[in-house]
Amino acid sequence: MAEALQIRRRTPLRLWLSCGWLTVFFACAIFAGPLSPQDPLAQDLLFERLPPFWASGAEPGFWLGTDSLGRDVLSRMIHGARIAAIVALVAGFGACIIGTTLGLIAGYYRGWVDQIISRIVDVWMSFPAVLFAILLVAVIGTGLTSVIVAIVVIDWTRFCRVVRAETMAQSRMDYVDSARIAGFSRARTLFREVFPNVLPVIIAVLTLEMGIAVVVEAILSFVNLSISSDDPTWGGMISEGRLSIHQAWWVLVFPMITLFLTVLSFTQLGEALRERFDPVLR
Amino acid sequence: MSFLTIQDLDVRLRGSGQRLLRGVSLEVAQGQVHGLVGESGAGKSMIGKAILDVLPRSVEIAGGRITLGETDLTALPAKARRHELGQRTALIPQDPLTALNPARRIGGQITDRLTRVLGWGAARADARAVELLDEVQISDPARVMKSYPHELSGGMRQRVLIAAAFAAEPELIIADEPTTALDVTVQKQILKMIAAMQAAHNTTMLFVTHDLGVVARVCQRVSVLFAGHVVEDADIHTLLSVPGHPYSQALLSATPRYDDPRASLRPVPQSVIDATRAEAEAHDV
Repeated sequence: MAEALQIRRRTPLRLWLSCGWLTVFFACAIFAGPLSPQDPLAQDLLFERLPPFWASGAEPGFWLGTDSLGRDVLSRMIHGARIAAIVALVAGFGACIIGTTLGLIAGYYRGWVDQIISRIVDVWMSFPAVLFAILLVAVIGTGLTSVIVAIVVIDWTRFCRVVRAETMAQSRMDYVDSARIAGFSRARTLFREVFPNVLPVIIAVLTLEMGIAVVVEAILSFVNLSISSDDPTWGGMISEGRLSIHQAWWVLVFPMITLFLTVLSFTQLGEALRERFDPVLR
Repeated sequence: MSFLTIQDLDVRLRGSGQRLLRGVSLEVAQGQVHGLVGESGAGKSMIGKAILDVLPRSVEIAGGRITLGETDLTALPAKARRHELGQRTALIPQDPLTALNPARRIGGQITDRLTRVLGWGAARADARAVELLDEVQISDPARVMKSYPHELSGGMRQRVLIAAAFAAEPELIIADEPTTALDVTVQKQILKMIAAMQAAHNTTMLFVTHDLGVVARVCQRVSVLFAGHVVEDADIHTLLSVPGHPYSQALLSATPRYDDPRASLRPVPQSVIDATRAEAEAHDV
């Protein structure tokens, strides 16, 4: 109890900061339309490479400047948040559901089922993840759905491993035997007794996974394998900004900072949750 | 007439075939408390787990019969055995810290058996649970019912587990070192409570422990185990006063005595260990 309280006392600041940033992130994703000062797709060559608001030559309404096609950087970033959020949520939950299901089954039933699932995970994890993603998207074609599918297909193993280990640890507890002796079936014991105790770990990994999904999406759009290059994505913006870094650094720097802060927040939140729920630390 | 009968129970590791129990036979009369003593790894807990059909997956029953009343448990198909065990047996586990599900409230964990095994309604089961908590001397049972395990002390959790074990009035309770994980000061209370509950409910009990002091307090009959083999099965008074087997004698003289604290403790001599092991392994052929 005492240790748990200490952990709880130590975490608030970074938890607050992470949650604060993620709130802004999701708010941007949901209200991208009304929040954007400009149309993220509107090109205006008269307004190309405008600097951010504090520099001389800035235009009001283009707070973080414009890119080489005259598109508003802030508006594109806000709309990029929407795509990042969709990928984080859908791909995160997708990988979570597949990985958790297989992990629970492998960890609880053990035996040959576990052998098969664990070997598949081993083989899966021996591929370099990002390369695998690029290959997958190249094969099934670009687009938001492909990106999500690629992330799910690659990252379910992350859940599977952690959930399997935790399920095994929980299954050794006496309360699982007690449930069996009381006449509960295996499936019911797994679902009612074991699963609720594995859930905290799943939530922690899910949070971490959302950060990873955002990075993978950025990488894929950086190499132009995400959705069409017109559509605003952070990775796409970074990729375009790279070409004009000497003339217009802001096109590159702002999406990078945003990406960095978002991923950091997800990771921090995930770590804090893991620490809070980790049975060893608890 | 014995109530629980174990005949030539053989338990082995899957794969290597290493023997963990070597033809164990036991007879426990109805309403009796039968102790199983032995050092770590002697197979005492394994017997309990075999009866309750919760052996680890790496281990299998290779032979023998377990009979409860008139029912041959080993002959039943898995599902029927599960059902039979759920209705007639219960476990008081060793470690109260892991024996309660941390994610569920206490109340549900006691009433599980009542609602599931006996098919009672929720209200009736709750009332019975409060009654049982009262019986194990937990003050404010209504509050404890709504608590999570981490909100209770080790001693209280063990009382809850005792209450849960007796809840559905099982015919057989297996107590697997129920006091080992507890503080010495709490141990005695818990032992007294188990003994009192056992007497009040007239439950047959298999009491697994490594502590001869505990055995002397609660058991009527004792089996001494070594390397998965019963070396001696005797009345408690006989065992304590005139132990028949050299290993039992050695075990007794390795136990500290309160009435003669200066008496030297003698570890079990290697010669006795070797002889007993040879005797146990003679069963393998």
